[in-house]
Amino acid sequence: MEVLKIATAGSVDDGKSTLIGRILYDTKSLTTDKLEAIEKTSKRRGYDYLDFSLATDGLVAEREQGITIDVAHIYFSQGHRSYIIADTPGHIEYTRNMVTGASTSQASIILIDARKGVIEQTYRHFFINNLLRVKDIVVAINKMDLVDYSEEIFNKIKSDFQQILDKTDYQEQNVSFIPVSALHGDNVVHASKNMPWYNGTTVLGHLETLDTSKIYSGNTPRFPIQTVVRPKTEGYHDFRGYSGKVCGGDLSVGDEIMVLPSQTESKVKEIFVHDQQFDTAVQSSSVTLTLANDINVSRGDMIVKKDELPSILKEVNATVCWMDSTQLRSRNKYILQHGVNKVLSIVTDIKHKIHPDFSGIDSDVRQLEMNDIAEVSFKLNRPIYADPFTENRENGAFILIDQNTNNTVGVGFIR
Amino acid sequence: MNTTASINPLENEAIYILREVVAQFERPVLLFSGGKDSITLVRLAQKAFYPGKIPFPLLHIDTGHNFPETIEFRDRLVKELGLELIVRKVQQSIDEGKVIEETGKYASRNMLQTSTLLDAIEEFKFDACIGGARRDEEKARAKERIFSVRDDFGQWDEKNQRPELFDMLNGEINLGQNVRVFPISNWTELDVWSYIEQENIEIPSIYFAHKRKVFHRDGLIWSFDDDIVYREEDEVCEELTVRFRTVGDMSCTAAVLSDAGDIVSVVQEIREATISERGARIDDKRSEAAMEKRKQQGYF
Ligand SMILES: Nc1nc2c(ncn2[C@@H]2O[C@H](COP(=O)(O)OP(=O)(O)O)[C@@H](O)[C@H]2O)c(=O)[nH]1
Repeated sequence: MEVLKIATAGSVDDGKSTLIGRILYDTKSLTTDKLEAIEKTSKRRGYDYLDFSLATDGLVAEREQGITIDVAHIYFSQGHRSYIIADTPGHIEYTRNMVTGASTSQASIILIDARKGVIEQTYRHFFINNLLRVKDIVVAINKMDLVDYSEEIFNKIKSDFQQILDKTDYQEQNVSFIPVSALHGDNVVHASKNMPWYNGTTVLGHLETLDTSKIYSGNTPRFPIQTVVRPKTEGYHDFRGYSGKVCGGDLSVGDEIMVLPSQTESKVKEIFVHDQQFDTAVQSSSVTLTLANDINVSRGDMIVKKDELPSILKEVNATVCWMDSTQLRSRNKYILQHGVNKVLSIVTDIKHKIHPDFSGIDSDVRQLEMNDIAEVSFKLNRPIYADPFTENRENGAFILIDQNTNNTVGVGFIR
Repeated sequence: MNTTASINPLENEAIYILREVVAQFERPVLLFSGGKDSITLVRLAQKAFYPGKIPFPLLHIDTGHNFPETIEFRDRLVKELGLELIVRKVQQSIDEGKVIEETGKYASRNMLQTSTLLDAIEEFKFDACIGGARRDEEKARAKERIFSVRDDFGQWDEKNQRPELFDMLNGEINLGQNVRVFPISNWTELDVWSYIEQENIEIPSIYFAHKRKVFHRDGLIWSFDDDIVYREEDEVCEELTVRFRTVGDMSCTAAVLSDAGDIVSVVQEIREATISERGARIDDKRSEAAMEKRKQQGYF
């Protein structure tokens, strides 16, 4: 089975909920009772079409205000592939939700209202997908029915958008443009009859072609240790296994490894999933390893290949997205969680704020407010074993935790 | 020997989450209902800690309205795997006057469970309760986090949830708070059934087609059991071949007509199903916002 995780971004009323609802409807993923509820509510509100956005808007508060205010997850499957859509609100205040949704996604759908074209928000949505290194981007130009399904308008928006692409340093990103009408279903799941000039795939057709085998590119395995398994039962008296999830590449039996921070060398002896043994643990698999020698390893340590060491950092420079109503200031202390490893950190410098629309930086900063993105330096009380985010998405990110409230207040992407 | 270990991304994620719970919390517990989702969790926990034992107890909040098949199954599972089982009874909360039994046509003990659960959390000082809820079950659950913080009153503040980035799970909590953990958040009903099939997991017999005394109400099929399920005089009993898609209380779980007598035909049936699973939960039909309200009050 394959799983493809997708994030969505769009400004309020661009038709994000309608698009998702339309995908669910056209893939027959809406069950009769859900469909009935949508029909009933649409009728009660006096609409003369089905309001598919009702399929996704979850919370009472949202129903009252009629807007999406948090990340919701939507599930459907088609063929052998399951899809998980993180429906993230695109309102200007909600950078934090978009970053959250994009962090677990392999692909993103960015919506544009064909009548409005590329607007400032579009830049922001793309900026975040670019910052988070989301590999595949679908730009869905929606409400084509309201612009007479015009090819010129589609081309104009496409070329406007391509000007942003020139400003990025992430050349491997795949960006596709699809003209759609979410309301009427053109080019969502079924090809449009109204736009004969368009020869490309539909939105779903495009998603079906994406590779789900590798969530992140790169091939340097990192194995952060979650738990040490020492059953001390009769059958497994001397068993000492290390459990965790492989990230960034594959690990195999016989690989020459090093354990950090002790820098002890050994070899991978066995790889277990439950009671079965394997030769190789591919990236993202949860396994238990044993090593050829008995060495002292504990939670938070990391097993890596001997000749592919990560950086051992006691000082970190990172792009931070701030997500809390308190402010980040110089000298503030936070718990910095890198993977499963927690260390204490102190902010040593806020270098500059980055305008999340490719328009430059702002060097005169004292503090960060919610939704700000900035270059920040930290000093750590213990080292972390990390890679630059652009090389290893999983081993290059961390979260910041406020010691007073214990809330997750920010996320960082290591330079 | 197989060459690669990767197989199921949902299983990998769930095992990762379970290991984080054990590493980050002092007193975790698995909320065990006897239903397929919590049985799946037990299997995942077995895998996550093998060859060690499952390092936390199971907690069953017994409403007294369970299907007898579920209780038999529970006791057998616990014995076979050598697990620790804690049972706390809603009847006791009623006897102590902490909650009041509902009466009337739609009376159920589903709401009352919350109080018994919160008392048990307090009694054992559990700081992480692992549950089998899935985001696809219901709209309000679609927003649930994997580590979901509850305050002293078991309340869920859906507008003030912690962001969860990449796969990093923040298990830091304040005194008095605890966390609900949902390792199979991202699974759909079909994913669970396919996993049960693939892993050959045993489940209670009521999930498979059997003959049962039932009656009809509001287009749903209810179990006939005059001790537990209130019935009007004109609601007549008949015997039909049915099965259950979800196993909660007898007083709030409807049966579906089905001939699916084994796991292969159940999976097939789910694939073709047109009524969502929770459509068969009588308590959700009460109001559109039912689930969200119950969650705010501490229901899992
Ligand atoms: N004409 C037309 N209207 C659309 C289309 N997609 C969405 N809408 C309408 O635009 C409004 C906002 O849509 P909604 O999905 O709620 O937007 P969201 O805020 O992005 O989730 C609703 O009234 C939709 O019916 C479209 O393709 N064509």
